[in-house]
Amino acid sequence: MTERLTIGFLPLVDACLPILAHEHGFAEEEGVALAFQRDMSWATVLDRLLYGHTDAAHMVAPLAIATTLGRGRPAQPLATPFVLGLNGNAVTLTGEMAAKVAEPGRLADPAALGAALAVEARVRKAAGRRLRFGVVHRYSSHNYMLRYWLAASSIRPDEDIEIVTVAPPFVADAMETGEIDGACVGEPWNSAAVERGVGAIVLATAQIWRRGVEKVLAFRAPVLEARRPAAEALVRALRKAGAHFVDPANWEANAAILARSEYIDADPRLILGAISDRLVLVQGGEPVDYPDFMFQHREAANFPWVSQAEWLYTQLVRWDRLEFSAADAAAAARVFRPDVYRSALAGTDDLLPGASSKVEGSLARPTAVTAQQGSMTLANNAFFDGRSFDPDDLEGYLASFA
Amino acid sequence: MRIAIVDESASRASVIEEGLSQLPGAELFVLTGRRGLMARIEEIGPDVVLIDLGNPSRDVLEEYFAVSRAVARPIAMFVDESDEEAIGASIDAGVSVYVVDGLAAGRIRSVLDLAVRRFNAFARLQSDLAEAKGKLAEREMIDRAKRILMQSRGVGEPEAYAELRRKAMSSNRRIAEIAEAVVTAHELIGPGKEGTE
Repeated sequence: MTERLTIGFLPLVDACLPILAHEHGFAEEEGVALAFQRDMSWATVLDRLLYGHTDAAHMVAPLAIATTLGRGRPAQPLATPFVLGLNGNAVTLTGEMAAKVAEPGRLADPAALGAALAVEARVRKAAGRRLRFGVVHRYSSHNYMLRYWLAASSIRPDEDIEIVTVAPPFVADAMETGEIDGACVGEPWNSAAVERGVGAIVLATAQIWRRGVEKVLAFRAPVLEARRPAAEALVRALRKAGAHFVDPANWEANAAILARSEYIDADPRLILGAISDRLVLVQGGEPVDYPDFMFQHREAANFPWVSQAEWLYTQLVRWDRLEFSAADAAAAARVFRPDVYRSALAGTDDLLPGASSKVEGSLARPTAVTAQQGSMTLANNAFFDGRSFDPDDLEGYLASFA
Repeated sequence: MRIAIVDESASRASVIEEGLSQLPGAELFVLTGRRGLMARIEEIGPDVVLIDLGNPSRDVLEEYFAVSRAVARPIAMFVDESDEEAIGASIDAGVSVYVVDGLAAGRIRSVLDLAVRRFNAFARLQSDLAEAKGKLAEREMIDRAKRILMQSRGVGEPEAYAELRRKAMSSNRRIAEIAEAVVTAHELIGPGKEGTE
């Protein structure tokens, strides 16, 4: 019996797994038929999910937490049984700014770049023209990664500079017109700015947090319960799609599929760059290899660690200037559903972590951890400033930023 | 009441505008451009903002409202839970609505109802147009199939059409489908080009 699921998405490279699960027949193998709803704003992706136009959606992880906690609209609990990927975003500066604070054509050291930007931010603030950065949404991983990095570099994101929302397809435009000095955005939109000669990629978000949670597959919580078998079938199909996605033999073919007008509608060369972790950083430059720029499959990358949801909650408290609330923290933690992930993959030969939560940023080198079927290795997952996040002490972590 | 209609489709925006102009005391502003959108909205100071769901500027608009709530004019999203059904209808129609906090519920409702009706009317208009285009393409296909049959069998137009219809009836398909099959087969294996083409 085939059950139909409609999935909402924004045209970004990290919408890849559901699309490839459909295109390569993995969804069908698992007994679900996928249909897609392509949209141009997260607001619309969310509306369609909440009002039943879609059954599940590709979503920036913080938005799933914010929606559950009722930020900006009445609370509606969302649930995510699958993380669509880690990282895959970059910081791009206008050519002028990149020449001032970085070496265009190379990825910068995050601490050094932060220090150089801090100087520039002071100069511009004194001149009454604060530095301005674009992010794709207030509740996006882009915004939280950018703020984490800037704040750790002694730049107060709301006082010393400005952060504004820019729709990803218009980032290059906004750089060209001088509306923004830089942006943190997903692919292929950094590369599009480079290709147009209006910006230089200076940092990958993977340099800020080596294993940062990015997009999730979000359901309304009651829908996930009501359609649990189909949701679990989808999780299995997405794992298969991930294995296909990371195999270099498939990169070109997958880039061509994702580039099609009904999906990302962009140049397949740019998409191939992101898929293969090889980015052109300045116009006309040679591709630079940055391993794990996008991280969609290995090391149980799709496992919804409860600690990731809790980290996102701390950042929401931090930047929305809320009081810590144990009830909110618990509601946020429940958005990530490792139990569903586990039950979907039990009985397959996929490795399942033994724990559901971990200290984020604690591993400086590959480390063996317990899996349900023995052990698995997790690699370096550090934050660039060396801080780590212990989910048993959210308040202590928040206090450390004060 | 000042209403801003944000829509990159100028034709749809004018259909909405025309519908809302029936509202007594409504001042309408149509914004179809992307550049400087927030500056224009700030200038207008609308009580209600309508924006189509497909508009890429929606996230920017929501962010602007979220920020301006803290500093100046409080603009809240139209998400009073008692109006869930009305909001659902607007999402189905493809429009989202933002209103200034404190605007009388009855007035919001009339704006919303009219907007939804206009969005739906526009969608119908478009599907009618698509259907008409499809019909035109079908007629052309049938004409081409007729010419192919007339030439290859040396029959007149009525006989060629009768042949297509007979085949359609016997195979339980539409004439246009049979015509398409004839044209396709002719392109693949037919003797040269049909007619004078």
